[in-house]
Amino acid sequence: MGEKLLMKGNEVIAEAALRAGCRHYFGYPITPQTEVAHYMSRKMEELGGTFVQAESELAAINMVYGAASAGKRVMTSSSSPGISLKQEGISYSACAELPMVIVDIVRCGPGLGGILPAQCDYFQIVKGGGHGDYNLIVFAPSSVQELYELVVHAFNVADTYRNPVVILGDGYLGQMMEAVEFRDTEPVEHIDKPWATVGTHMKREHNVITSIYIEADVLEAHNNRLQEKYRSIQKNETMVEEYNCEGADVIVTAYGTVARIVKNVIKDAASEGIKVGLIRPVTLWPFPSASFVKYADTPKGFLTVEMSAGQMVEDVRLAVNGRNSVEFYGRTGGNVPEQKVILQKVRDIASRV
Amino acid sequence: MSIVFDRPHALADKPLHYCPGCTHGIIHRLIAEVIDELGIEGITVGVSPVGCTYNNYEYFNCDMVQAAHGRAPAVATGLRRSLPDNVVFTYQGDGDLAAIGTAEIVHAATRGERITTVFVNNAIYGMTSGQMAPTSLIGQVTTTTPFGRKPELHGYPVRVCELLSTLEGAAYIERTAVNNVKNIRKAKAAIKKAFELQMSGAGFTLVEVLSTCPTNWGMNPVRSLEWLEKNMMEHYPLGVYKDVTASAAAE
Repeated sequence: MGEKLLMKGNEVIAEAALRAGCRHYFGYPITPQTEVAHYMSRKMEELGGTFVQAESELAAINMVYGAASAGKRVMTSSSSPGISLKQEGISYSACAELPMVIVDIVRCGPGLGGILPAQCDYFQIVKGGGHGDYNLIVFAPSSVQELYELVVHAFNVADTYRNPVVILGDGYLGQMMEAVEFRDTEPVEHIDKPWATVGTHMKREHNVITSIYIEADVLEAHNNRLQEKYRSIQKNETMVEEYNCEGADVIVTAYGTVARIVKNVIKDAASEGIKVGLIRPVTLWPFPSASFVKYADTPKGFLTVEMSAGQMVEDVRLAVNGRNSVEFYGRTGGNVPEQKVILQKVRDIASRV
Repeated sequence: MSIVFDRPHALADKPLHYCPGCTHGIIHRLIAEVIDELGIEGITVGVSPVGCTYNNYEYFNCDMVQAAHGRAPAVATGLRRSLPDNVVFTYQGDGDLAAIGTAEIVHAATRGERITTVFVNNAIYGMTSGQMAPTSLIGQVTTTTPFGRKPELHGYPVRVCELLSTLEGAAYIERTAVNNVKNIRKAKAAIKKAFELQMSGAGFTLVEVLSTCPTNWGMNPVRSLEWLEKNMMEHYPLGVYKDVTASAAAE
């Protein structure tokens, strides 16, 4: 590993993208992710890349669509209400199979909501806020170091599968400063894009990027091909951290920064003689269902903790599939699940006969 | 015997799907002729809109990208910024450009994006079957103005060239028509100039083309051309609204 710096999460997102070879960024200001744009505007001018402050999130995602069509590594970033606006372009990009990295630094909602951190975008990102049958590949880092590594990885995965990839972080991840150690060289994969619309140069048939298939059978065939791709992503790209789960009395599930609170609870509970495990999905889609299947009968119960009114918990319940109880504790409005409340819920589950 | 008239190379050898009397086919041909004459087919990327010409990517032999409704100028921005040595054009109708995509076209022009927009104004939504467009004329009967467009209920028809020509980023803005041979030739010259100015880096370029929609106007093709001449040309005068090369020459 190379240089170690103290950096804000949002700046690390931008730096990681540049290191991954991204030279095209299109965005629109929104709290709490705007530092990504600040960093990009300066660096892109220095590096001769493209930075455009678009007139709206709608325009920004469609500029990304254009640059991705040209085969470029391209990124946009926003926060929850802005992501709602981008959903049109995200659905089109998924259908047109355009590789891109979209960053969502989540704030509390619904509506204009507030600017404090939340995890209430799980549904709109993981279940698709846009129309149609599609999946995004979704990474949920829990530290600034992991944020850096996953942003670099995201560009490779996007190109490999010709699919939009989302970095889903709560506001804390964007705003907090942590030490990050950069690699001397990045594992950048160079993937050929013979489909890109860069001009025929009179050497091949024309390329077309489109998301419209008017004939039923043609569109269904396209959907079937997409579903096949999604199955291969599920098989190959699922990432999860299983911590302390063997023989656990209680297994807690959380992603992002909430998982770090849970790790403190694990220590507290251990001092009381309660063994608590953690299943932390690193990819929210594909969801690491296999980990839940593996441990479904191990604990006295599962507890899912989120900064939402209960979104990921639906996938936990689907994975556990009735084999065990799955309880939920969440806070909204920008509030954080409290360590002592999580601990009490753990005690309650552990004390079951 | 020498061939004096042929299909432009940039235009695919496919039957067009447009209604009888529709002028999209003429406009497609003009763009293809310009691409041929400038020798830029290999470096041109076109952006298709939503509307009757959603699949005009089938008809152009250059690379093509299909965009969401109204977003073609944003998609073109992403393409052009990524491909500084290429030529990028959008092809958009009046609903696409002047209603749902108003912000995108205004800001592409504001930024002076080096793209060329061919804006086809036939004063109606074609593909969705004849609803009021932002460019529908006062009194015009459409499927959503069954008693005619009334200012107090539906507002006024927007003049796109006049609007965009106020923006500094716009290098060339001209309104043309394809109602007769003379105007068709003028339209082609305008499209050619717009492409040339894009290639010289002058800024944003747009050519509006007054066009007909016999199907949704409920008229035969000949009567449609007469209606265009009598009604549309009065509200939408033909001419050059912005030309940075002319103002440079005047100085």
